[in-house]
Amino acid sequence: MSSPTRFPSFILRSLSGRAPVTVLTLVLGAAFLVPVLNLLPESNLFHMPTFMVGLVGKYLCYALLALSVDLVWGYCGILSLGHGAFFALGGYAMGMHLMRQIGDRGVYGHPVLPDFMVFLNWDVLPWYWYGFDNFLFAMVMVALVPGILAFAFGWFAFRSRVTGVYLSIITQAMTYALLLAFFRNDMGFGGNNGLTDFRDLLGLDLRSDAMRRGLFIASALALAIGYVLCLLVTSSRLGKVLVTIRDAESRSRFLGYRVENFKLFVFTLSAILAGVAGALYVPQVGIINPGEFSPINSIEIVIWVALGGRGYLFGAIFGALAVNAAKSYFTVAFPEIWLFFLGALFILTTLFLPRGAAGLITRNPDAGSATVLPAWLSSILPVRKGESGS
Amino acid sequence: MFRAFARAIVVVLGFLAAVQVPNTAVAASDLDAAVAKLTEKSFSVKEAAIAEIVASGDPRAVDLLSAYLEGGLFRNKKTGAIVTVEKTEGGYLTTDALTGSALEKVKKRGVKKIRINNKLRGIVKTALGALQLFSDSTETRLKAARTILANPSPAMVGLLEKALAQEDDADIRESLTHSLAALKVIGDDPAARIAAVSTLSGSMDPSIWQVLGRAADQKDDPALAAAAQQALESIENQKAIYSLIETIFFGLSLGAVLMLAAVGLAITFGVMGVINMAHGEMLMLGAYTTFVVQSLMPNAIEYSLFVAIPAAFIVTGLVGIAIERSIIRLLYGRPLETLLATFGVSLFLQQAVRTIFSPLNQPVTTPDWMSGFYAVNGALSLTYNRLYIIAFCILVFVALLLVLKRTPLGLQMRAVTQNRAMASSMGIRTGRVDALTFGLGSGIAGVGGVALSQLTNVGPNLGQAYIVDSFMVVVFGGVGNLWGTLVGAMTLGVANKFMEPFTGAVVAKILVLVFIILFIQRRPRGLFALKGRAVES
Amino acid sequence: MRLRAMIKPLGIAALSGSPSDVPTLASGSLLYLDGVSVSFDGFKALNDLSMIIKPGEMRSIIGPNGAGKTTMMDVITGKTRPDTGDVIYDGRVDLTSKDEATIANLGIGRKFQKPTVFESHTVWDNIFLALKQDRRVFPVLFGLERQTERARIQEILETTRLSDLGSRPAGSLSHGQKQWLEIGMLLAQDPQLLLIDEPAAGMTDAETEETAVLLKDIAKTRSVIVVEHDMDFIRALDVRVTVLHEGSVLAEGTLDQVSANPRVVEVYLGR
Repeated sequence: MSSPTRFPSFILRSLSGRAPVTVLTLVLGAAFLVPVLNLLPESNLFHMPTFMVGLVGKYLCYALLALSVDLVWGYCGILSLGHGAFFALGGYAMGMHLMRQIGDRGVYGHPVLPDFMVFLNWDVLPWYWYGFDNFLFAMVMVALVPGILAFAFGWFAFRSRVTGVYLSIITQAMTYALLLAFFRNDMGFGGNNGLTDFRDLLGLDLRSDAMRRGLFIASALALAIGYVLCLLVTSSRLGKVLVTIRDAESRSRFLGYRVENFKLFVFTLSAILAGVAGALYVPQVGIINPGEFSPINSIEIVIWVALGGRGYLFGAIFGALAVNAAKSYFTVAFPEIWLFFLGALFILTTLFLPRGAAGLITRNPDAGSATVLPAWLSSILPVRKGESGS
Repeated sequence: MFRAFARAIVVVLGFLAAVQVPNTAVAASDLDAAVAKLTEKSFSVKEAAIAEIVASGDPRAVDLLSAYLEGGLFRNKKTGAIVTVEKTEGGYLTTDALTGSALEKVKKRGVKKIRINNKLRGIVKTALGALQLFSDSTETRLKAARTILANPSPAMVGLLEKALAQEDDADIRESLTHSLAALKVIGDDPAARIAAVSTLSGSMDPSIWQVLGRAADQKDDPALAAAAQQALESIENQKAIYSLIETIFFGLSLGAVLMLAAVGLAITFGVMGVINMAHGEMLMLGAYTTFVVQSLMPNAIEYSLFVAIPAAFIVTGLVGIAIERSIIRLLYGRPLETLLATFGVSLFLQQAVRTIFSPLNQPVTTPDWMSGFYAVNGALSLTYNRLYIIAFCILVFVALLLVLKRTPLGLQMRAVTQNRAMASSMGIRTGRVDALTFGLGSGIAGVGGVALSQLTNVGPNLGQAYIVDSFMVVVFGGVGNLWGTLVGAMTLGVANKFMEPFTGAVVAKILVLVFIILFIQRRPRGLFALKGRAVES
Repeated sequence: MRLRAMIKPLGIAALSGSPSDVPTLASGSLLYLDGVSVSFDGFKALNDLSMIIKPGEMRSIIGPNGAGKTTMMDVITGKTRPDTGDVIYDGRVDLTSKDEATIANLGIGRKFQKPTVFESHTVWDNIFLALKQDRRVFPVLFGLERQTERARIQEILETTRLSDLGSRPAGSLSHGQKQWLEIGMLLAQDPQLLLIDEPAAGMTDAETEETAVLLKDIAKTRSVIVVEHDMDFIRALDVRVTVLHEGSVLAEGTLDQVSANPRVVEVYLGR
């Protein structure tokens, strides 16, 4: 019950738990170890091939994305089925920078226009591509574009008190609408094919091992920073308010908290994190296309979080890594089985693991959960719960 | 120009002769002689021959000319007889074109086709049309009248007037009047020309629009040009109205599709409050059921849909009940968890279909009675498949309404929805009602799937394509209200079709999505929202 | 009482802006309801309800089910907008145009019929979050627990006899303890007007008695409206009673007066 009074001790307390120490050690350890293993000669038993560095780097981006979903869903009860859109927008912002970096080395050798624009007989660069040749500008856009979309969307949605399932459905509609829009060639984002054939970033060849290691370290650092940020937010007074909104939204209003503003804050923050994750993801996979907007992608993120344990930040990270590692394995070894496996994962997790994997190994949750009994057990009990789940 | 006119005169003289003596046959030899002339090389002689055939008034003339038009009239090189032929092994069976008696079998080289060219084809067509104007069958007369209307020739005035005088069928009279008027527009009498234009204004026939268009463009008679221009404008206005009707029709049929896709969801989500993300896969299962039914009865495709509809209802209904009993039952009161679990089900079903059938699309046949269209007039025709979809949508809607309002199951369903505890204590087995309700919603989705199988590719991703739309319709219409779903679907369908001409299909769809997102902000409970205390808690 | 309703259509009623427009009837009152009507799908939950609560007054509201007690609280706290009528707080603020959060921050606290606490938070955090403080996003994000706040929380926990349970999750409390915690949260909000819906429900007799004492204590410095079915509890409070029936005031007076009122008897006992 002792509570800190000064700022530094508050930070210390929120970072000194077992989970934060473990997560930060692992993530920062990986940031150091993976590049080192990659540098070992190929003959060495512990050598890590470069493609593996890229693969794990991709997982780390997914982990950051999962963290952003957990922040809104696990702590504030906003089940976003459209977070893939923020991820993709961040990715597109980075992709646009990478396209501009190609310069006149494209197939058509046009000094300014990317190949697909030349192909479509465009004469001039659309205005919204201006500035993306500048790295800093592009990085600002990585955060700003998803942030502004989330702010605008949330401004309307939260103000008019669209909640629960309805909110989930319109977030899905949002990403679906963007999917359709980005498929169009006239949008100026490469249509169906998206943006690809990137060359270099900050003057370094994207395909070089050094660049791969650099991107990996950047992803690990971004994940670590994102994690600390989420940790600070969720353990602040605001974090506690978020949980009250998750558990009893209207009660929070009667206490005088303007719920829509809190939701707006956390939704926007979360979208920015997702955008950053997307921006780190794109140079590692070498392509961004409208498929990233498809609703199924966004739902998949949710299952990472559900499996890992929503309301636990480390759970989200774990869920993203575990599901994606499984996906990499299954889609190569048993491509037929993967969807069966993923489907079963959805069903079994929600039925038997309402608090996810994290709920299994912890008794002292980051944020706690109102559901103490597993769903199947409480369903057998005579009382049927009337209120909506968080 | 002159030659064309002369040719027409010749032909028409023949017509008039035929008309004046319709039943008293000219000597049979006249026909023989005329037909014989057809074999001459010169096309002008052939032309004269046609006129004579018509003038003979012989009842065989129609068959003869039809055969000639289709290139089916031959001359036996040896005997010189005019014959029609039937191909058999090793040669032709010939039939005398005039007497109809069977003649000998000849080698392929033994007969020579009587030649025809495009000019003659036009003349024969018109001649046939004219002959058929006096046929006993109303249908033939109507067809003939329409043929003439599409291609009127100035010398036919007299003939048309004659036919008009005899005619009592209103449709045929209208066609004839229009043809006459069309001819008078290019006739010599200035007053008659203007009068003819006023007769034609308001016609919905594209060939009349051409006549009026030419009249409006000509410089010799400014009064006529102005009148024609005016007539064209009034026709344009009418065309605009018809195209509006057509857009609404397209919109309604799209709305019907949306309604059929969404109505199952209106039950599971709207009535039960269960977010069934596997709803799209219920549509998919319905469509696959159609495919299976069709492959089981390949010889009766025409009736396959009538089997597929109940089959799809039962298959998807049972799948729905299984899902409800095994998964959803455990998640009541936790909508977001239901959403995730049923999404898992949808992945499962998609992969199951891929494994059982194939990842490729399956061919589903559209019965013949669904193709074709109903032409209201030249500016508006309604395709049958859209008409059937609209009718089917209404049928399903009414049936569902009856089930909900008039059956014991419907009563129990509403009771359970409104107050589960109370319903339970009244002796309603709520678990059973839940299962049946979900089964009903899923079954109806399967029926929707049968309809979709006629419109879209039947593949594992069919459901994915419709799930967002279905949710939009239900949410827009207002949850818990079937009428809301109907009005919602129709509104979205019509809105979509109205925007498409201006924005293109994709942007129209995006705009509709954005509109719904904004609309839900204004009215979070949809168009037909329930109000009151019950909603709040 | 209907005077304001007649003025309103004339466009004079810029209520929160210029207090001078508000008739003297409202001034000097803490809460002023005039001609308030609310209907749900044709059912009139409140029907031309009028009532005045003075600063420092404690009032009991009784009435059969469906009389409109909860709807009245919903209207005052901004959850439900009235179809017609005025709700004026502190003689100058029009509550009908404000949302729940604004009204709560104006100094109106509410305890629900069903105890509603934040079950996954500790008892301490429940009080902490209810404490009167800047409720805007960024001050909340960067705000830390101050020494004075901790003392205040401690004090409230003692008042509500929850001192030993501070670190327990609120979800694990008994029903009665949750009721007390909610009252504690109300106290932490430091409101001028408390709306309390059935505080004694589910309590033992001893707890009920203590609750009555606590409420009377609170009422020394604030206005309190208590909705309650339990007549013993109302008697223990010993305050003015308003009887609601079918959305409007049926009778008003001391408990003895209203229970002697033949119309009240008729409503309660039926015929």
